[in-house]
Amino acid sequence: MVPTAHYLVLSAILFAIGVVGVLTRRNVITMFMCIELMLNAVNLAFLAFSRHLRQLDGQIFVFFVMTVAAAEAAVGLALIVVLSRQKQTLDVDQVNEMKG
Amino acid sequence: MEYVFFYLFAAVSVAAAVLVVVQKKAVYSALALILCFGAMAGLFFQLGSQFIAAIQVIVYAGAIMVLFVFVIMLVDPEAESYPGGSLRHISFWAIPLAVMLVFLLIQAFPDFLGSVAGTRASSPEAEGSVENIARALFTHYVVPFEVTSILILVAILGAIVLARRSD
Amino acid sequence: MLPYFALIVLFPLLGAFVNGVFGKRFPRRLSAIVGCLTVGLSFLLACLVFRELLLLDPHNRTISFKLFTWIESADLTVDAAFLLDPLSTIMILVVTGVGFLIHVYSVAYMAEEPGYYRFFSYLNLFIFMMSVLVLADNYLLMFVGWEGVGLCSYLLIGFYIERKSAGDAAKKAFIVNRIGDVGFILGAFLIFQTFGTFNYVQVFERVSGQFPSPEMGFGLLSAICLLLFVGAAGKSAQIPLYVWLPDAMEGPTPVSALIHAATMVTAGVYMIARSAALYSRAPETLLIVAVIGVATATLAACIALVQTDIKRVLAYSTVSQLGYMFVAAGVGAFGAGIFHLVTHAFFKALLFLGSGSVILALHHEQDMLRMGGLKRYLPITFWTMWVATLAISGIPPLSGFFSKDEILFSAFRLGHIILWMIGIAVAAMTAFYMARLMFLTFHGERRQAAAADPSGHAEHGGHGHSPKEPSALVTGPLMILAVFSAIAGFIGLPAYLGSNWLEHFLEPSFEYRFLESAAHGEHGLTQEIVLTVIAVLAGAIGIAIAYHSYIRDRELPSRVAERLAGLYSAARQKFYVDEIYDRLIVWPIERVSDLVLWRAIDVHVIDGLVNGAGGLVQYWANGLRRIQSGYTRSYATWVLLGAVLIFIYYYLVTA
Repeated sequence: MVPTAHYLVLSAILFAIGVVGVLTRRNVITMFMCIELMLNAVNLAFLAFSRHLRQLDGQIFVFFVMTVAAAEAAVGLALIVVLSRQKQTLDVDQVNEMKG
Repeated sequence: MEYVFFYLFAAVSVAAAVLVVVQKKAVYSALALILCFGAMAGLFFQLGSQFIAAIQVIVYAGAIMVLFVFVIMLVDPEAESYPGGSLRHISFWAIPLAVMLVFLLIQAFPDFLGSVAGTRASSPEAEGSVENIARALFTHYVVPFEVTSILILVAILGAIVLARRSD
Repeated sequence: MLPYFALIVLFPLLGAFVNGVFGKRFPRRLSAIVGCLTVGLSFLLACLVFRELLLLDPHNRTISFKLFTWIESADLTVDAAFLLDPLSTIMILVVTGVGFLIHVYSVAYMAEEPGYYRFFSYLNLFIFMMSVLVLADNYLLMFVGWEGVGLCSYLLIGFYIERKSAGDAAKKAFIVNRIGDVGFILGAFLIFQTFGTFNYVQVFERVSGQFPSPEMGFGLLSAICLLLFVGAAGKSAQIPLYVWLPDAMEGPTPVSALIHAATMVTAGVYMIARSAALYSRAPETLLIVAVIGVATATLAACIALVQTDIKRVLAYSTVSQLGYMFVAAGVGAFGAGIFHLVTHAFFKALLFLGSGSVILALHHEQDMLRMGGLKRYLPITFWTMWVATLAISGIPPLSGFFSKDEILFSAFRLGHIILWMIGIAVAAMTAFYMARLMFLTFHGERRQAAAADPSGHAEHGGHGHSPKEPSALVTGPLMILAVFSAIAGFIGLPAYLGSNWLEHFLEPSFEYRFLESAAHGEHGLTQEIVLTVIAVLAGAIGIAIAYHSYIRDRELPSRVAERLAGLYSAARQKFYVDEIYDRLIVWPIERVSDLVLWRAIDVHVIDGLVNGAGGLVQYWANGLRRIQSGYTRSYATWVLLGAVLIFIYYYLVTA
C-alpha cells in the first residue's frame, strides 16, 4: 500500500501550485479555478488521513467540502458575472476601490 | 502495482495543475482543471473512497467545471491572462513563498514522512462504500446534512438574485 | 461627636462657604450677618475654652481634639488635630476677637463697594485659615494654615479687581511669601527627618532628650530654626522679605487692619514662640533672629518718618513693631514677644480702622498733606486714635508701655545692651512718626480746602464740605479697641508692680524650652525703674519733637529736609530696596525664563517631544497605509506570508 506520506506530499504540492496560481493570475475566473484546485488538494489530504486512521469521518468531511464548494462556486461565479458587467473587465487589479 | 497507478495519477494531476496556472486562455485552464480532477478521482478511488471518487467526477468535474465554462463563455470567451501587471513583485515572491510552504508542510509531519503508514485493509466499517457513508451521514451527521441542504438553497437563491439584470 | 471647640475652626469655614456660594443672591444685610455671626460665635466659643482652661490645673492646661487622620503611610502619620493650650488660646482669642470687631467695621466700611459678599467670604476664609494655623498641633497642619492665610492675603489685597496696582500688590505679596514658605517647608522636613514626627509635643520631647544643652556653633538644630525663620521673615515682613507689606495697602483698610496688623503677620512670631524648645537650644539662630528684628525695626522706622500716605506710615510702623517682637524672641523672652503681639493687635488695628474712618470721611483721600484739622469733625476717631498713638509710643499706663518695656527690659537683663539702645532709639522714632501722623491729620487747619472747589459744587455726591463721622458700626469697634489698648497692659505687669499674669499663664506652653541654670542676677529694682523711665522719656521726647515740628514751628520739617536732602529723599524712596530687588533678582529671572526656559526648553524640547510623537505616529501610519492597496492579490500574498511565518515558528518550536 502506498504510504500515507506520499499522498500528503502530493497534496502539499498541489496546494502550493494552487497558491501560486491565485497570487499570479490576473483573470478573476482563473484565480477562482486555482482556489478550487487548492480545495481539492485539501480533500486529498483528508482522504489520506481517513484511510490512515481507518475512520470514515474524513470522507464525510470531504463530502461536505464538495457540497460547500459547489455552493460557493455558484455564488462566486454569479458575483463575477455582476462584476464583469459593472467594470467591463475581468482584471482583478482593476478592482481596487478599497484602496487606502 | 498500486505504486504505478499512484505515480501515474499523481503525475497527471500535477501536470494538469501546472497547466491550469500557466495557460493564457481561461478556457484552456478550465479544461486542464477538468483533467486534474479526473486524475484526482483516480487517486481517491485508490484511497478506498469509492463514493467520493464518484462524486468528484459527477459533481466537481461534471457540474462545477461545466458551470465555470458556461460563465467564461458568457462573460468573455476570449478571456486572456492580462499582460504585465503593476504587481510584479508579488509574482516574484509567490513562487519562493509557495516552495517554502511545501517544505514546511512536509516538515510539519515528520513521523509520516518515509514511514510505512497504517496497516493493510480496512475493516468493513471504514470502507468508503455508499452503504457505509450513507449510514454515517444519516445517523451521526444528519444535522450537518440538513444544514447543508439549506445552504444549497441559499446559494441558489443568492446566485439568482445577484446575477439578475437590473431592469 | 465633635467637641464644641471644633466649631471655632469650622464656623468661619461655613461662613466662607455660604457667602462664597450663595452670597451673590443675598441682600447685603444677609451677607454681613452671616459673615459677622460666624466669627462672633467663634469668639464666644474661644472665650468658653479660655474659661475651661483656667479651671484646669496649670501644669495640665491642654485640650486637644482630633478631627480626622490626615496622612497615614509607612513612617508618617499626621492627624488633622488641634491643640488648645495657653499659647494657642491667647492667639485664638486675639484672632477671633479682633477679627469680629473688624467684620463689624467692614459692614459699614465696605457698604458702597461691589463684591460685598465676596469680601465677607474671603474674610471668613481667612479667619478659618488663621485658626487652623494657631490651633494646629503639628507643623504640617500649621503649614496648611500658613499657606491658607497667604492665599487669603492675596485674594483680599487684590480685592479691587479693576485696579492693576491692586493685582500687582497681591501677586507681590504672594510671591514673596512663597519664598519664605520654601524655607518653612524645608525646615519642617528637616524636623521630620531628625525627630521622626511633625507633632509639636513629640518633637519638643525628643529635642529636650537629644539636646540636653544648647548647640555649640551652627549645627543641625540651628539649620532647622534658621529655615523656619526664613518662613517667618516672609510671613511677618522682616528683612529681606518685608517689601510686600507696604504695597499690600492697596487692599481695603479693614484687610490691612486684620491681616497686616493684627493677625497674619504675627504668625511668624507665634511660630517661633511655639518652637521655643527648638530655638532656645540654637543660640546662633536666635542671635540672627534678634539682629534681623532690630535691623528691620530701625529701617522701617526710618522710612516711616518721611512717608505721606497715612496707610504707608502705619504699614512701616507694623514692620517696625514686628521687629520688636522678633527681638523679644531673639533674646529668649518669648512671653514678652507674645505680650507685645497682643497689645499691638489692639492698637494697630485701632490705628488702621481709624485711618479708614478718616479715609471714608474724606472720600478716599489718603495723603496726609491734604488733611488737617479733622478733630472737629471726627471726634471719636480722633480720641481713639490718640489712645492708640500713646499706647504705641509706650506711654504709661497704656498697654503698649507695658509690653514694649517688657521687651526692652528683657533685652537689657539678658545682656544685649546694644539691642536695648537701638530699641530705645526706635521707640523715640516710633513716637515721633505716630505723633506726626496725628498732628498732620487732625490738628491744625484743614488743608484740603485749598485743593477742593471753594464754590461748593456738589461734585462729590452732594456731601458738601464737612466730613462726617461714619456710622456706629465704624466707631463702635474703634471705641472697644481703644478700651483694650488702654487696659490690656495690666495682664503683664512687671515684677515690682504686681504679678505678670500673662507670663505665668504662658509658662506651660514653653515648658520644653531650655532655661539657663544660672539664674540671672536680680538686677536691682532701682535699675529696672531707671530703665523704664528712660524708655518712657524716649517716647515723650519723640512726641515733643513732633509737636514742635508740626504745630509750633511749621517750617522746621522743610528746613531739616533741605539740610539732609540726600538722606531725606532716600528715605522717601524707601531706600530703593524695591528697585534693587528688581535689578538683582527679578530682571535675571525674567531673562532666564524667556531665553532658556521658554525658547530653548519649552519650544524645542517639550513641543518637539509632543509634536514629534505625533509626527512619528503619522510617519508610521503613512507606512502602514500602503498595505491597504486595494489589490486582492497583494492581500492574498500577505496572508500567505503570515501562514508561512506561523509554520516556521511551529517548526522551530517542535524541532
